Amino acid sequence: MNGDPTLERIAQGNGLALCAAGSWTARFAPLLEQMVADAEKLDGSRPNIFIDVSQVSKLDTFGAWLIERLRRSLSQSGVEARIAGLSANYSSLVDEVRRVKAGPVVETSAVTISGMLEQIGRSVAGIGGTLVGLIDMLGAVLAATGRMIIHPRGFRLTSTVHHMEQVCWRAVPIVVLITFLIGCIISQQGIFHFRKFGADIFVVDMLGVLVLREIGVLLVAIMVAGRSGSAYTAELGSMKMREEIDALRTMGFDPIEVLILPRMLALVLALPILAFLGAMAALYGGGLVAWLYGGVDPEAFLLRLRDAISIDHFIVGIIKAPVMAAVIGIVACVEGLAVQGSAESLGQHTTSSVVKGIFFVIVMDGVFAIFFASIGM
Amino acid sequence: MAPEIADAIIRVRDITVQFGATRVLDGLNLDVRRGEILGFVGPSGAGKSVLTRTIIGLVPKVAGRIEVFGIDLDAADAKVRRGVERRWGILFQQGALFSSLTVRQNIQFPVREYLNVSQRLLDEIMVAKLGMVGLKPEVADRFPSELSGGMTKRVALARALALDPELVFLDEPTSGLDPIGAGDFDELVRTLQRTLGLTVFMVTHDLDSLYTACDRIAVLGNGKVIAAGSIADMQASQHPWLRQYFHGKRARAVMG
Repeated sequence: MNGDPTLERIAQGNGLALCAAGSWTARFAPLLEQMVADAEKLDGSRPNIFIDVSQVSKLDTFGAWLIERLRRSLSQSGVEARIAGLSANYSSLVDEVRRVKAGPVVETSAVTISGMLEQIGRSVAGIGGTLVGLIDMLGAVLAATGRMIIHPRGFRLTSTVHHMEQVCWRAVPIVVLITFLIGCIISQQGIFHFRKFGADIFVVDMLGVLVLREIGVLLVAIMVAGRSGSAYTAELGSMKMREEIDALRTMGFDPIEVLILPRMLALVLALPILAFLGAMAALYGGGLVAWLYGGVDPEAFLLRLRDAISIDHFIVGIIKAPVMAAVIGIVACVEGLAVQGSAESLGQHTTSSVVKGIFFVIVMDGVFAIFFASIGM
Repeated sequence: MAPEIADAIIRVRDITVQFGATRVLDGLNLDVRRGEILGFVGPSGAGKSVLTRTIIGLVPKVAGRIEVFGIDLDAADAKVRRGVERRWGILFQQGALFSSLTVRQNIQFPVREYLNVSQRLLDEIMVAKLGMVGLKPEVADRFPSELSGGMTKRVALARALALDPELVFLDEPTSGLDPIGAGDFDELVRTLQRTLGLTVFMVTHDLDSLYTACDRIAVLGNGKVIAAGSIADMQASQHPWLRQYFHGKRARAVMG
């Protein structure tokens, strides 16, 4: 007998027997719960009730608990309820669930409007904390740099070179490809619209200034924030989760020196290189399109480019690169070290590393634009 | 070849597992009887965890056949396999609790997915399972990162037991626990095996566990089961590794 569970009611004098039979197991849990809920509704008209479980062929925690739940709720409504016919095999299981204290389990609060408002308030207040955290990290990194300058032997060259390979060398193909395409697009759009005024050749001015001053470095910085900033956060975050950073600290190493400084340095060196390569690729792409689509031959393009741009444009662009790299690196490291124990937290902080990184890069770009405008560059 | 056991819950025949050129398991045979606690020992790196992971299907095998509950897992279709997976519970070495879910949600997760029961029953069963592994209901709303090592193991065991499985795999359940905690854990496994009628497949290094919890012991060496039997059989064995393991300094200390 191994079929569906049943709970029959059999009148016995002024009492009642509830005969449970079949397999009272997890598989039938929804059905069992329904049957028990129905039986619980029995009123107190009958003074004593036997729950006869001798016909139960299989019993597990679910079944045992539901029988126990039935006994408890009947007892509470003033009926004398007893479990009878329990086989020796299952009595220890029933004893086990009898110890369960089924107090009302406190539910975590549901989403409320005040809760949402509180969340918004906390987020806004958190902005201040974020800024303090960034400044804190900047200070720690600068202090570590200072220590490195005084004691250069502690500098981790191997680690720095490794990170240079990751963030610079391996990023070259994608950075060059994307900036090349962007150069092509700017050039094509410029020619298309300037042609209406017969000013095709000015596309070279626009391309040169735009690429060298703004687009080149900004685009590359955004790509680096997405590519390397996220990687830094994920690396540091999983190290934090696995207590590797604590281990370093207890061995007497400063995680800033060992983990963060090489990463920061690699990024600060990498971004100007990538920005330069990106600018060249964009100019090349723009020139190619100007030639093939706009009929500006390469010699005319180069001649015009030389007149249109000065070294100032290039300097303005490239000077921003290391600063942006530092911002991306600091945001990524702060977020990485803020990761808590769960996988979800790692995901959140990686996302926020990229979002904040890109945001601060654009803010920095704006600040630089104002600065260079006011010094006349 | 091991003699056929009629009531084997796991039947492993001529299993070969290879990683690159290294053959980890080489024609291994093993039977686990219904209702027993089998302790599985062997030197580090011998492939104990690999065998466990092969049986539960996480590591592909080159050759051989595995039957669990009499079902050949290679021949079974997805539905049958899911049915088998519902009937076993696994305690991973590091617990493998879902880090973004609370203890309550971790234990309720398999129940919620497989059974359509009310939230009330889910909560009650969760409290019952926590009680079975010796934890108070108060830990239910903690996250795995807020648990101690021993508690993590207990919660992981509670999750493995959530659906009342017939078979439980324990991968080094007592590693990382203090001797008293480990002793409690052995006692717990014993009690649960008695009350729930479990079959337990336990990979362990802990001599105490072997003496107090296990009905039978299987020893892995050179990719095969080199011995299987009671603790007395193991002590009587002349195999050099077994002699060292069961008659070494630590073994004498355990035997008193």
